[in-house]
Amino acid sequence: MWDYTDKVNDHFKNPRNVGKIEKPDGTGEVGSLACGDALKLMFKLDENGRIKEAKFQTFGCASAIASSSALTEMIIGKTLEEAEKITNRDIAEYLGGLPKQKVHCSVMGREALEAAIYNYRTGKKWDKALEGEVICHCFGVTDKEIERVTRENNVQTLEELTNACKAGGGCGNCLPELQKIIDRVHGEMAEAAAPKKKTLTNLQRIHLIEDVIDREIRPALRQDGGDLELIDVDGPVVKVRFRGACSGCIISEITLKDVVEARLKDNVSEDIRVEEVK
Amino acid sequence: MKTVYLDNNATTQIADEVREAMMPFLTDLWGNPSSMHTFGGQVKKYVEAAREQVAALIGAADPQEITFTSCGSESDNLAIRGGAEAMDKPPHIITSKVEHAAVSGPCHYLEDRGFRLTKIDVDSLGRLDIDALRREVKSSKTLTSIMWANNETGVVFPVRLIGEMVHEAGGIFHTDGVQAVGKIPMKVSLLPIDMLSLSGHKLHAPKGVGAIYIRRGTKVKPLVLGGHQERGRRAGTENVPYIVGLGVACDLAAKHLNEENTRVKAMRDRLETGILATCPGSRVNGDTSCRLPNTTNISFDFIEGEAILLMLDDRGICASTGSACASGSLEPSHVLRAMNVAGTSVHGSIRFSFSTYNTEDDVDRVLTELPKIVKRLRELSPFV
Repeated sequence: MWDYTDKVNDHFKNPRNVGKIEKPDGTGEVGSLACGDALKLMFKLDENGRIKEAKFQTFGCASAIASSSALTEMIIGKTLEEAEKITNRDIAEYLGGLPKQKVHCSVMGREALEAAIYNYRTGKKWDKALEGEVICHCFGVTDKEIERVTRENNVQTLEELTNACKAGGGCGNCLPELQKIIDRVHGEMAEAAAPKKKTLTNLQRIHLIEDVIDREIRPALRQDGGDLELIDVDGPVVKVRFRGACSGCIISEITLKDVVEARLKDNVSEDIRVEEVK
Repeated sequence: MKTVYLDNNATTQIADEVREAMMPFLTDLWGNPSSMHTFGGQVKKYVEAAREQVAALIGAADPQEITFTSCGSESDNLAIRGGAEAMDKPPHIITSKVEHAAVSGPCHYLEDRGFRLTKIDVDSLGRLDIDALRREVKSSKTLTSIMWANNETGVVFPVRLIGEMVHEAGGIFHTDGVQAVGKIPMKVSLLPIDMLSLSGHKLHAPKGVGAIYIRRGTKVKPLVLGGHQERGRRAGTENVPYIVGLGVACDLAAKHLNEENTRVKAMRDRLETGILATCPGSRVNGDTSCRLPNTTNISFDFIEGEAILLMLDDRGICASTGSACASGSLEPSHVLRAMNVAGTSVHGSIRFSFSTYNTEDDVDRVLTELPKIVKRLRELSPFV
């Protein structure tokens, strides 16, 4: 039994803007019968270039229908430039959230919108295979799509990625490739977010250490049931204590050097040394 | 609005007679059947009476061939893991592609530990590939575990034939009878079956009790080690109230077996015929000529199972679906995939499963509501 919000249930049972538009300005079709869900989105613009009408038809579960209905409500009245900025997270938030296994329904909504806008601008049918290389062949997901979903949803694990865009949910052959993409995107995100490694005050330095631990290190440890606590910062020495499965883990020394110290060296400064407080 | 419960292959309501029979063991008779004193020891005879009732329902020659467990899954695990480990050398494990996870789980567990595992295909009607099975069981000494009846489609497998083939090559045959027991007549003493699993809550006993039939002479290593209960096959103080309940439920099932195959079957058939007649683009999944009397699995083209199910739920009707979306996985039911159900309908399957507690009114309610739901979802679908 899914824990759907009232809003999801409402949009499922009373979907808005169902149907087709005669002579639409843009049409986007994504998904397929074999994949288990599909969405056809159409819109018409007014004289000022705002979406005055949007209609959808969806084959799929309750959250797919609700996501499609929500999407149409969200884009009506917007210019295409404004509509383009809608992410799958916006759709999920509009509905008060989706169960994590259903995030891909909101991604399908955003993709259909993208396809419809592409169709309006080029007159061509959008084909996501043209936008990159298909990595997950079971569900036809491209590297570009995987990168985008990873970025927009701050995807940390393969499971989260599958929930978000289905990639890796079939035979599983592409999982190593998917992991590489997740790692690469995180590398890029970290680089973009990385502060200039120059003069930091003591307080700034401590905050940065805390931030790197929370953002980069703890999520990785938690995947294996472990965790980490920052105890003290004394000059170049960072003192930490392992928690959960990490405490007493026979390879915790390796984790300390290869994960904790390496990430802090990369993100804070080269001279950092990490010590474990037992 | 009265709930129309048509999900009896998932679980069943506890029969009044079962609950009443259990009550004394939840109030006054709480002793331990292993105790030397009268207060505890007097309870043992009720456990043994329940053993006889279970043995009678499945036609076991000796009540001692029945071991009580906590559920059907435990029985399956005991049969497969305990059975394989007790054999002289590691057997070739053979099973089907449409087993319940309680069977495929322990089979994969053994495979991970070096056992050879083969999974037999089914055809588009969900019937076992008997020729493939024959080839496999011949090749080596096997532990073969094939369900008696499939939980999703109700398709019944030829256990006599399978057992004979397995025995001819010196193997051991276990069957998961969780869906079959109480729905079709059986006499295991006359069948080439070494082990059979059954579950209480599928036949109007509560959840938390099951049993396994282990034919005299079949070796099984226990999974739960400790005390001498259940003749050393399953340690742990007996769950007396639930065992008593299971016994009474088996008695009732034996009494209702005829009704199950006449009145219940007729309701199922009327529902099925009615749906096929009123919902275009619908079809039955599974071999209708060899099926449990209470189950029907119907696919609807171009619409999705979870959406159908939730709309039924909104109208007070309980059923289940093999759709991917409902389970949280991305792939639809492994049973329907093994049957190669068409892509247009594999995501849109609904299972209705009856019990003797259902009425003709229940059938009418579904036949009133379902065509409207199917029509509504088709209007939403881009493929129609």
